[in-house]
Amino acid sequence: MPDPRFKILTSASTSGPGDAGRTGSWRVERPVIDMSRCIPAKAGKHACHLCWLLCPDNVVSKDLEPEIDLEYCKGCGICAQECPVQAIAMVPDADFIEGAERE
Amino acid sequence: MQQTNDQIIQIRWHGRGGQGAITAAKVVAEAAFRSGYGGAVMAPTFGTERRGAPVTTSLKISRSKIYDLSPITTPDIVVVLDHMILHEVDVTSGLKPGGWIIMNSPRMVKDYSFPGYRTAVANATRLGVEAGLRKGVVNTGIIGALGRASGLIGIDILAETIAEEFSGRNPDANALAARLVYDATLMDDSTTGGPTDA
Amino acid sequence: MSKAIIESGNVAAAMAVQLARAEVIAAYPITPQTPVTEKLSELITAGRMDAEYVAVESEHSAMAVCIGAASAGVRAFTATSSNGLLYMSEQLHWAAGARLPIVMCVVNRGIGAPWSVWNDHQDAISQRDAGWIQIFAKDHQEIVDMTLKAFRLAELVHIPVMVNYDGYYLSHTYMPFEPPDAERVDAFLPAYQYKHALSPEHPESLNTVTLPDARLDVQGVKRGGYMDLRHNLHEEMGMAIEVWEEIDRDFQTHFGRGGAPVTDPYRCDDAEVVIVAMGSMANQFRVVVDRLRQDDGIRAGVLALQMYRPFPGAMLARALQSAKHVMVYEKGLSYGSQGALYGDIKSALYPYPSRPQLHNFIVGLGGREIPTESLYQTTKTSCAPDRILPPAQSDVPQWIGLQL
Repeated sequence: MPDPRFKILTSASTSGPGDAGRTGSWRVERPVIDMSRCIPAKAGKHACHLCWLLCPDNVVSKDLEPEIDLEYCKGCGICAQECPVQAIAMVPDADFIEGAERE
Repeated sequence: MQQTNDQIIQIRWHGRGGQGAITAAKVVAEAAFRSGYGGAVMAPTFGTERRGAPVTTSLKISRSKIYDLSPITTPDIVVVLDHMILHEVDVTSGLKPGGWIIMNSPRMVKDYSFPGYRTAVANATRLGVEAGLRKGVVNTGIIGALGRASGLIGIDILAETIAEEFSGRNPDANALAARLVYDATLMDDSTTGGPTDA
Repeated sequence: MSKAIIESGNVAAAMAVQLARAEVIAAYPITPQTPVTEKLSELITAGRMDAEYVAVESEHSAMAVCIGAASAGVRAFTATSSNGLLYMSEQLHWAAGARLPIVMCVVNRGIGAPWSVWNDHQDAISQRDAGWIQIFAKDHQEIVDMTLKAFRLAELVHIPVMVNYDGYYLSHTYMPFEPPDAERVDAFLPAYQYKHALSPEHPESLNTVTLPDARLDVQGVKRGGYMDLRHNLHEEMGMAIEVWEEIDRDFQTHFGRGGAPVTDPYRCDDAEVVIVAMGSMANQFRVVVDRLRQDDGIRAGVLALQMYRPFPGAMLARALQSAKHVMVYEKGLSYGSQGALYGDIKSALYPYPSRPQLHNFIVGLGGREIPTESLYQTTKTSCAPDRILPPAQSDVPQWIGLQL
């Protein structure tokens, strides 16, 4: 066992939103889930949840209708890429800003 | 405070790669340690060894711990496992005046002349076969000649150490080879040298 | 009570690793280290050691396997030499930064180019800034004892430890030593437990990109940035000297050996001339010291440096400042500058008012023979009263035994 006089500082982090700050501001595109295609939402029971499993920042909830915490979602797009039924679309964040110029 | 200048007996072994000089020197180191020499250091030639090429091994023994691990340059005794090495290597290099040259050779001791040194000869090759060893196994036999000529370690401790080292590899025949060579070793300790024909 | 045996230094090291109950061995063979790994794989195959031997394709992978094993809370060991050590260099820094208690024997050998299989200390010296603890053994008993103590040190301070011993002079030389009793070793060295050990129950990301600044983690706790972690490594490396001394005292109560864990002085008490050296050469100097005292009336002593990193600067300064001459003999250097140890000792003495005359000698590179006679002559000549060199000249390392 380590000597109690020693702090032994290491770089270890537990997964969770916010370990690298409020990373929602990094985002260019945000994931939007189409609940009519999403497997757990459609089936009404816990299944699939690949977006929850694979999100590197742990910002997808494991609910029947998964929610994405946009405060921390970096917009990496892994969830959209991995969704087996293409229920997640990456939409430009600017689309959600009122009065902003549309592409 | 312990002093480091106790007398160190230096033995240089000449053999060929694969001939077992290292094992022989290790056995003698072990036997010396058991006979009360607190310092016993055996160092093979540093680096690579090729089968058949002449090699040397250093053995230092002393009553107390040995601190100087540098290679032997002025041996008290040289042990030659194969007399043909005399044509390739000057085995007397650095040998102290009056030092022993202990050789495995089919020739007689009177056939050799090393003025200023003492000579001991035995046919360890033939005696090894007589003891029941494969032809060419000479490293255990020559230990008997070293024990006889130098008087440093008793033949019983040597034979016992050999048997343990060779446990599972013909221990009795190896120990017997040393005993046969011990009895058959011929010595010329006159240091004047006889008629020469090395 | 255990009985002394005669074996090679490499076998002594392997026996210590067996007694320490290392659980993962990952190593790649290289002269003169090879017999250590051969012996360990033999012991594992024969069922005399309960460990996993991971055959790897390089030293880099060997250290990577040890890093993985130690991260999972498993006691890991490897050994290497020379270019093999350099090939794992990147992983050495990683093991230290990750604070993993790995123990490695480095069987010191010169570095190519040109190839040399023979002894010097340049391999270890070249890795002195990697964040590893570096200790140097002088004989087989120290190889065994230091390796056992190294596991305990590494696991207390969570810094990896390199146990250095001279290639050939120790690795391939046979001499008597006493293997410690296995039950006593178990009492001295408890099983390794690691609070960050990888576990599916408590997932953690280790050593991911760490930002320059400190941050709040997901629990809102302030966590250090890169510089804070590195500062902690440096501070605790310094504190490891004291822990090493404590371990040595405990080792003495268990085994009756020890007492000189950091520096091992021989006839230094009244010495006007103090020689400083590391490894087996420091023992060779005991013979030189006796002769200088007996034949020449020179009050000489030799201080063996057992621990090179962390550097016991204050301890050395106290031990050396009353000498007239301090002669640093070493088998490695910082090319274009001076002997690495010489530079360290000079810097340790600087804050003190009384500074001895310092001399630096480079010897034995790539296995060049180091005759005891030449150590005697060089030391004797250098402390002669009529031989006072101007500072610019005295500060230049002298190469002993050149043939060209």
